[in-house]
Amino acid sequence: MIDYWSSNQAEIWRLLWSHAWLSVVPVIIGLVIALPLGWVAARHRWAYPPLVGIAGLLYTIPSLALFVALPGILHTRILDVTNVVVALTVYAVALLVRVVSDGLTSVSADTLQAATAMGYRPAGRFFAVELPLAVPVIAAGVRVATVSNVSLVAVATFVGTAQLGTLFTEGLSRTVNQLPPILTGILLSLVLALVLDLLIQLATRLATPWRRAEVRR
Amino acid sequence: MIRFDAVTKRYPDGTVAVDELDLEAPSGRITVLVGPSGCGKTTSLRMINRMIDPTSGTIWLDGRATADVPPATLRRGIGYVIQHAGLFPHRTVLDNVTTVPGLLGHDRRTARTRAMELLERVGLEPRMASRYPAQLSGGQQQRVGVARALAADPPVMLMDEPFSAVDPVVREQLQNEFLRLQQDLHKTIVFVTHDIDEAIKLGDQVAVLAVGGHLAQLAAPAELLSRPASTFVAGFVGRDRGYRALGFTTGEVALQDEPTVRVGADVGDARRVARDEWVLVVDEGGAPQGWWLLSGDPGGRADHTVEAARLNLGGTLATAGGSLRSVLDAALSSPSGRGVVVDDDGRLLGTVTAAAVIDRIEALARDGRSGDTAAAGRP
Ligand SMILES: Nc1ncnc2c1ncn2[C@@H]1O[C@H](COP(=O)(O)OP(=O)(O)OP(=O)(O)O)[C@@H](O)[C@H]1O
Ligand SMILES: [Mg+2]
Repeated sequence: MIDYWSSNQAEIWRLLWSHAWLSVVPVIIGLVIALPLGWVAARHRWAYPPLVGIAGLLYTIPSLALFVALPGILHTRILDVTNVVVALTVYAVALLVRVVSDGLTSVSADTLQAATAMGYRPAGRFFAVELPLAVPVIAAGVRVATVSNVSLVAVATFVGTAQLGTLFTEGLSRTVNQLPPILTGILLSLVLALVLDLLIQLATRLATPWRRAEVRR
Repeated sequence: MIRFDAVTKRYPDGTVAVDELDLEAPSGRITVLVGPSGCGKTTSLRMINRMIDPTSGTIWLDGRATADVPPATLRRGIGYVIQHAGLFPHRTVLDNVTTVPGLLGHDRRTARTRAMELLERVGLEPRMASRYPAQLSGGQQQRVGVARALAADPPVMLMDEPFSAVDPVVREQLQNEFLRLQQDLHKTIVFVTHDIDEAIKLGDQVAVLAVGGHLAQLAAPAELLSRPASTFVAGFVGRDRGYRALGFTTGEVALQDEPTVRVGADVGDARRVARDEWVLVVDEGGAPQGWWLLSGDPGGRADHTVEAARLNLGGTLATAGGSLRSVLDAALSSPSGRGVVVDDDGRLLGTVTAAAVIDRIEALARDGRSGDTAAAGRP
C-alpha cells in the first residue's frame, strides 16, 4: 500500500485535485442558478410547485444516462469534461432550488415588512436581509449537494474523466495487487467528503455569527 | 401634517378595510388610531408610507400627495415601529439602528455616534450595542425598534401597536419614556392601538374607528370620555369613563391644614396634635412619610417614639394642580380618609376629603352644563 502510494504519488494527487474540483464547481454554478429560481419560487406561490417539481424530476434521471445524453444536447465531444460539470450542475440545481426557496420563505414576515418600511428596494432587501437570513437553510442544502457530488463524480470514470473513481477501474483491471488503488480511491473520497463538509460548516459559522448568539440565549 | 382625503381601501377579495376616511394628523402631535380588531387601523397606517396603496382617495404629507413620491424615498423619511419590533436578527443592535442612515448614504461614523446617543435616550446601556436582537428582552427589542425608527431623524413616525407585546409594567415604562421623548422631539406621530387606555394616555387626539373602516369620532382624549359621539364610541371607551375623565380635569380644591409630627417624635406629641386616630408623619423636609395609628399597638407593647417601620403607607399622594382624579384617589386611598396633597417638590401642602373633591367636581359640572348648550342633546 505504502509502496503503491510512493510510486504513484503525483498521479494520486492529480486525481484527488480533479475530483475535488469536479465536486465543488458544479455546486457553485448550481447555487448561482438556483438563487434566482428559488427566489421566484419563494416570492410567487404559483411558481413554487412547477419549479420545485421540475427540479425534483431532474434528480431522478440516472447520472450515467445524463453523461451520455449531454454530448448530443450540448454538441460537445463524448469525452469532454464539460459534460460531467453540466450533469453535476443539473443535480445541484435540482436540489438547491427547493432549498433556496425554503430558506427564503423561512425569513419572518415581520422582519421583511420592517425592511420594506425602512425603505429597502426589492433587490437591496434581497441581498441585505433575505439572503443572509436564509444562509443557514441554504448552507445545509449545499452540504448535502457537495457531499453527494463527491460520490456522483466517481461515475464519470465511464465517460473518461479522470478523478478518484479512475483508481477503482485501475484496480479492477490489474491481475495482482488490486486492493491498493481501490482502497486509496475509497479512502480519499471519504476524506474529501469530510473535509469539504467541514469547510462548508466553518464558512457558515463565520457567515452567521448571529446564530451563535441565538443558541447561547 | 398628514391628511387623509376620502381614502378607501378595498382588498382584492372585496373586503372594505377603510371607507372614505377623512382624517388629519397635525404636525408635532400624536394622533392615535384606536378601534376593535379588523377595523382597518393597520391598513390606514400602511397607506401613509405606501406599504399598501389606497383604492381611491389621496393621502397628503406636508402638502405632497404620497402617491407622487417613490415608495422607497417616501419610506426613508418616515420612521416605522411595529409590534414585535421586527429587528434584523442577523445584525447587531447598533447596525439595526444605523439601517436607514446607511440607506440614505449618510456618513458611517456620524451615524454610529448618533445611534449610540439614541440608544441611551431610549434607555439602553452602551454595552447592548454589540448584541444581537436574540440576546435582548422583548422590552429592550422594542426600545431598539424605536431608536431605529428615529435614527435618520424623520419628521414622521408610524407606530403599529408598538407596546402591546410586552408585560403591563414594561408597557407603562415604555409609554412614559415615549411621551418624554416626544416632548423633546415633536414628531408627527400616528400611533395604532386597540387599547383605549393607551390611546387616551398617549394621544393628543384620538380617532376611533369602527369595523368597516369608518371614522366614528375624532377628538381630544378628554372630550372622547366626556362626550362620546355615538353608542359605539361610548361602549368602546368603556364603563368607568366618568371616573377616567377626571384624569383630564384640573381644579383647585380647598385644602385643610393637617397637623403633623416628625419621624422619631414622641408618641405623646402625636397624641397631643392628633385630630383623630391617625396622625400624618413627615420628614425634616416636610415630605409626607405615612400615617401613624395612635391606637395601633397590636402586641400590647406601648411605643414611645413614632417609628418609620410602623407607618401606614397606603395613601397615594396628589400633586397640587394635578388632575382631580389623582386628588380623589389620594382621598379614597388614605387610611384616615384625608388625601395628602403636596407641592412639586413633594412637600406637604394640606389634605382634602373625598366629599370636598366630589363637591368640587359637581360644581365644575354645573358650570360646564350651563356654559355649554352646544353639547345638549348628545348622549
Ligand atoms: N391583504 C388582505 N387581503 C384581504 N383582506 C385584508 C388584508 N389585510 C387586511 N384585510 C382585512 O381588512 C380589514 C382591516 O384589517 P387591518 O389589518 O387594517 O385591521 P386592524 O384594525 O389593524 O386589526 P388588528 O387590531 O387586529 O390589527 C380586516 O377585515 C382584514 O381581514
Ligand atoms: Mg393591526
